[in-house]
Amino acid sequence: MVQLHLPWLELTIITPLIGALIVCRVRDPERARRRTMLVTGLTLFLAVGAWEDFRTLHTFEAHDHWDIVSPWLGDDAVVVDELSAPLLPLAALLFFLTTLATLRTKVRRFPFAWTLVSQTLVLAMLSCRAPWGVIGLLAAQTIPPLVELRARGRSTRVFLVHMLLFIGLLAGGWAMIEAEGPKSPHSIWAIGMLIAAVLVRSGCAPVHCWMTDLFENATLGTALLFVTPMAGAYAAVRLVLPIAPDWALQTISLLSLFTAVYAAGMALVQREARRFFVYLFLSHSSLVLIGLEVVTPIGLTGGLCVWISVGLSLAGFGLTLRALEARTGRLSLADYHGLYEHMPSLATFFLLTGLASIGFPGTVGFIGAELLVEGAVEVYPYVGMLVVFAAALNSIAVLHAYFRLFTGTEHTASIPLNARLPERIAILTLSALIIGGGLYPQPGVVSRYHAATEIMARRSKHLSAGSASANQNKHTEDQD
Amino acid sequence: MNTETIFHTLGIIVVASPAAFVAVLGLTSLIGRPLRESAIESWTYASTVVGLLAAIAILFIMLATDIRHVPIELGNWVVIHLPEPHHNFHFHLKFVFDRLSVPFVILSFLLCGTVGAFTSRYLHRESGYRRFYICYSLFTLGMIVTSLAGTIEVLFFGWELVGLSSALLVAYFHERIAPVKNGLRVWAVYRIADAAFLIAAVALHHLTGEGDFDVLIGSGSWPEGQASLTANQALFVGLLLLVAAAGKSALVPFSGWLPRAMEGPTPSSAIFYGALSVHLGAFLLLRVSPILEMSFWLSAAVVTIGLLTAAFASITTRVQTDIKSALAFASLTQVGIIVVEIGLGLRYIALIHIIGHACLRTLQLLRAPSLLHDYHTLENAIGEHMQHEAGLWQRVMPVGLRSWFYCFAIERGYLDGCLDRFIVYPFRRILLFCDSIERRWTDFLSGGASRESDEVPVHEEVVEELRL
Repeated sequence: MVQLHLPWLELTIITPLIGALIVCRVRDPERARRRTMLVTGLTLFLAVGAWEDFRTLHTFEAHDHWDIVSPWLGDDAVVVDELSAPLLPLAALLFFLTTLATLRTKVRRFPFAWTLVSQTLVLAMLSCRAPWGVIGLLAAQTIPPLVELRARGRSTRVFLVHMLLFIGLLAGGWAMIEAEGPKSPHSIWAIGMLIAAVLVRSGCAPVHCWMTDLFENATLGTALLFVTPMAGAYAAVRLVLPIAPDWALQTISLLSLFTAVYAAGMALVQREARRFFVYLFLSHSSLVLIGLEVVTPIGLTGGLCVWISVGLSLAGFGLTLRALEARTGRLSLADYHGLYEHMPSLATFFLLTGLASIGFPGTVGFIGAELLVEGAVEVYPYVGMLVVFAAALNSIAVLHAYFRLFTGTEHTASIPLNARLPERIAILTLSALIIGGGLYPQPGVVSRYHAATEIMARRSKHLSAGSASANQNKHTEDQD
Repeated sequence: MNTETIFHTLGIIVVASPAAFVAVLGLTSLIGRPLRESAIESWTYASTVVGLLAAIAILFIMLATDIRHVPIELGNWVVIHLPEPHHNFHFHLKFVFDRLSVPFVILSFLLCGTVGAFTSRYLHRESGYRRFYICYSLFTLGMIVTSLAGTIEVLFFGWELVGLSSALLVAYFHERIAPVKNGLRVWAVYRIADAAFLIAAVALHHLTGEGDFDVLIGSGSWPEGQASLTANQALFVGLLLLVAAAGKSALVPFSGWLPRAMEGPTPSSAIFYGALSVHLGAFLLLRVSPILEMSFWLSAAVVTIGLLTAAFASITTRVQTDIKSALAFASLTQVGIIVVEIGLGLRYIALIHIIGHACLRTLQLLRAPSLLHDYHTLENAIGEHMQHEAGLWQRVMPVGLRSWFYCFAIERGYLDGCLDRFIVYPFRRILLFCDSIERRWTDFLSGGASRESDEVPVHEEVVEELRL
């Protein structure tokens, strides 16, 4: 068992939990924000440390030094591998930047302690490969948003119905898989339930309405942090991809493709900024799923690259929207706001992140998008071209929103609206990652390719072991 | 220092000079330390002159050494080594100096430099001065990369930069609604055309295993290549590239965006829609012209679209009431003819036509703001109003037919109307219907009104206009 040099993973997971315990006792919201920022900053440092340490080991997976969890919960309870290594700092960065960019006007509404709890759960999930651990953590992640919706006096029924459905299908499906043992292929019901669970959590049409409802009713920060780590895609890679037969993956791919086009079209006709963002995100997260499920080296690498690029760019895009909302309230897209002259840096960042999400040349999403299209067309030559169509619609939607929010009129304001220092730091950090990753993509692509080959090797190993087991059972039955 | 090293160094300078300009303008703006007007002007001159001199030096060395094809290899930007070597994915950074790219790149530097110098006075102390130059620098880089691209992926890179900068400059006067709407329309058409381009690039990868033009159009420098595709493959890929070219060059049926693009400031109209951007589609067809030879039907499609565009633009330009739109359609007429020339295999004539036409239109468009002044000077000099005699068609054509043509021309061939009516509106109606279904579903689940976003206040456009 390869070990990291320090217990990075356990520290990464436990730090925000301790932070939550501290912050929940703080009554002053500004102090709570500062402490949360400190904790998320420290967590980010630890997550980057885990990634860097893992990178130097040149191995596919590694456990913590002084691992105290594995003897109790098994080897896969806390582990870092090629897939999760960059996802850990990415998730930690999203939490840090969201806290950093929370303006004083919003600190009373933003639940800092619950945000830290969410961070613990997300990081624990990304460090976990044990199926029941992943399922439990996915289920637990639904609690903080639910608490917030209740605290704000909003209806929780849409969110609750979908999440119960998701947890029920996931737990039920996996229980059936375990009951069936290591045979291949598993029963259609077990696989079907797992697929349905992934589709619900990823927000594939027509079971996506919980996501629009969450953005309508929760704070934008909470909603962003719930969806941008793409837990549905993680569940797909950890639980579905290793065991699912080809028809199951094709089903997810085709439904995701439909969602990608549908959501891109819906983003074009939305009349409010949050709803526009949800559909844009849905379209992109569906593109990630397509890449993950085509299961070719190129397609899978593309899906994993787009996962990172979409996580970065759409989180930045969402944070810009959040900054705008903090200044002007909810934003209609049915009219023009002309905010450019008051906040040119936010406008530029909005455009940059939007373009990065669609895979514009020179940004972090470009190579991932190319790989994804290559992979999709390789498997579905004609249908795969819809990926390109979805990307085209998304790009039109991004510029449409940019023009609506930042141009078209002269906005009059009596107070300065430009980005504040913490927001500038967030903008510059994400811009550097987006442009840097775009200009020098090779290390990132190679890392994702290694993760893709390892995932495919595990899948082949599992399926061949399952086939051998099934053949042996059949042979024994024949002999009997 | 041998010839190869000199070519390599000069080639890198040609590409690096506009890239450095983009980096300087972009980074200073991003960190909140924008350059002053005079600094931007100096950078504009420096990047253009350095790039132009390097390109001219390459031309002279090529003529002196009789080398017609100079590839500049910068290695693989991204490479993935797959178990089957012939399936490797790589993004090859390669630029090519040949008889097509060298004239085009020199033309690009010359015209961009001219327009850059003109703009430093034209937009002096305008609030959007820096914004203009950021888009301008992206455009220049996009043009140079597109002109010199040695692989279809590199060409796509430059192609996209040109598209984005075009759309943003159409919406340059962004405190008004009309330029913004037109910018979005231009972007939408570009993106649909770019989707066709990307599919063509992927198709080429699958058919030839490479995106390299050397593999695609065979050995031999332009225009003597021989495509390594079958006739059917050439037809499929060629039609996709034709759609991409039609979108970028405003060929029929995408011509509707060209007059809308005139909402931008005059320098951008001159450089984009009179000179360079509008010829980019023709350039693409010239670059892949060996493919056209592989399929009669593809060549026929190119000629047909060129003829239709030339006829349409020639009729439409006659009834335009503003000089920029008239010049835009006059440009389109010539672009249509250039496309016909390409379809007929007259590549050198098409290239010369592009260069001459681009220079003429740049001059005409830059003179456009002072046209009325010139006109008055002319009339004062001759002492009377200018006389307009009836043309041949006016004399021989029946009045009813003339009226029909007039309506057709003034409505710009109903192209935008048809696109809206048969594609945009039905698509929008379906999506709005889906949206209403979703609303009912979430209302049902939550047991009441589920959308807070319905209460977000909307400022009607009339009110916004009054605020101006």
